Amino acid sequence: MSLSYEGTIPSRPRYGQLTPRPGSGHLFVADGEGADAILALFAGPGAKGMLATTQIVYMPGPTGTDKSAELEKLGADIFFRAPDYSTAQPRLKRLFGSAHMGLQLYLTGTEGLIGQAQRDAIEAGLPHTAMQTEHRGSTVRRVQCVHCKGITENVRTDPFVCSHCGLNLFVRDHYSRRLAAFQGVNIDAEDPGQVPPQVERFA
Amino acid sequence: MGIEFNKETFRDDYTFKNSPAAVRRFPFPFPEDDYMYSVNMEPHVPGRKGSVFEHTFDVDEHYLAEMRDRELVLKSDPLRCQSLPHMTLAGWDLLELIMESKARDYPHWFELHKSGDRWTWINRPMEIEQSFTFLKDDTLPYGPLEYITRQTQGDFTLQDQRDNTLYIDAGTVTTQADWSLDFDVGMAFHEWHAPVPLAHNMGVFDRALKFLLKLQLGSPVRRFNWTMTVDPLLDTSPENYPKWGPSKTTLTMDTIGKRQHLRVELQTLHRLPRSNAIAFPIRAYLASFDDIVTMPKWGRRLHRVVRDVHPDLATYKGFIRNRDLMVQWLSQYDDGKPTSPGWWPEPE
Repeated sequence: MSLSYEGTIPSRPRYGQLTPRPGSGHLFVADGEGADAILALFAGPGAKGMLATTQIVYMPGPTGTDKSAELEKLGADIFFRAPDYSTAQPRLKRLFGSAHMGLQLYLTGTEGLIGQAQRDAIEAGLPHTAMQTEHRGSTVRRVQCVHCKGITENVRTDPFVCSHCGLNLFVRDHYSRRLAAFQGVNIDAEDPGQVPPQVERFA
Repeated sequence: MGIEFNKETFRDDYTFKNSPAAVRRFPFPFPEDDYMYSVNMEPHVPGRKGSVFEHTFDVDEHYLAEMRDRELVLKSDPLRCQSLPHMTLAGWDLLELIMESKARDYPHWFELHKSGDRWTWINRPMEIEQSFTFLKDDTLPYGPLEYITRQTQGDFTLQDQRDNTLYIDAGTVTTQADWSLDFDVGMAFHEWHAPVPLAHNMGVFDRALKFLLKLQLGSPVRRFNWTMTVDPLLDTSPENYPKWGPSKTTLTMDTIGKRQHLRVELQTLHRLPRSNAIAFPIRAYLASFDDIVTMPKWGRRLHRVVRDVHPDLATYKGFIRNRDLMVQWLSQYDDGKPTSPGWWPEPE
């Protein structure tokens, strides 16, 4: 699934396509269908020689896609599978924090995964010029409720019910890189109870 | 100088009111009978005596009540004031700018005494006397940004300049027109303006950014923005939208004159000396429709602006549902006569 940016706003993140770049090391962070972007990169020219200095941190996607076996077969120096991002996070923070000059970072999969890894990498001081992103797989969103500040992962419908405070929220395209989240705003604040039917906008 | 500070509230019983003098100096934001976005920036130089432009930072009859309201907001939600770690120096720059301006412009209320880097600040209306060491963080009870903005009307954001853009990396925001500092802090210029309709395609933000990147120390600029607010509520935050949103549904022809307020932001931009950041004070002024129509020119003009404004703007500014009611009420004050250019009131 690819994203269309038509009709969207400038804070909404855009993604590219991963390509091999020269570097002292290569760290891939991916979930779900992001595995396909990594496999495609290593199937292409100029990547085979990178494997000896490549580490892959991978977790299943929000819809259950798990391509660990195929990634493991690639033969990277280190392959690590985590059950989800919050489990992978301490390991990633350590890797980002001890990164050597010239490390290349490749982030691919869902927007939630890319956004969180990007946020943690920037916080650790990695230059944005050393990061590439490619969106693959599910378009479900990570959304922050602007009212209670709780984050709901894997939002599929618009509007949706905040998993923390229970308000009905509509999903904006307005996006915070610092929070790695889109913004959710109460849809029936002015007319309590008048909530339009939920539409599956993200799958 | 005999301003008495109002005893008033911006919440609950809403006892806020403008004196006739405050209405006369209200910064009515429409120089013409119609409105569309523009960069509309001009030098922030001292304006007419008694006007809101007379001084760099306007202090008016609402000062103490606004500071009390800010205190209440920060108490319930400390995240309304945030400063990313690299912005402390910009906070000191802002503190210096405000203290020096107020001590110069309002010497009967504010004094600043310096002995090397030992400074003493006196704020008589708020009964504060504070000695501290300039640029030494632990000599003030709050960070420099929070300290000075707890004593200064209007919201403030601080923009860091790098990578050929501006980043909104600090601010105190308690009187906002429905945007969240907590969500937007750290964003680049085009990102935090992203939700504004129409203006991106008009190139307004590209031009504004280009202009601001070249803003010079000592040459501040200003512009207006405006929106509509039901009841004199300063804290129209998205955080609290479920609390204030319902007020929009309760206006009637009998109550709209008293309850519907035109909210005008006097926005100024100042280059800061040490950090090279840009300070962006956003000062909100409220006037009820009843206040506005005491100036016949403003009554006529506001009717025409609200009637003809682009529906996307009315939606973004949050008054589309009451627009027809506003037009109906305001039409009583529009006799169709021409209005003179500019926004000065010309009382008749």
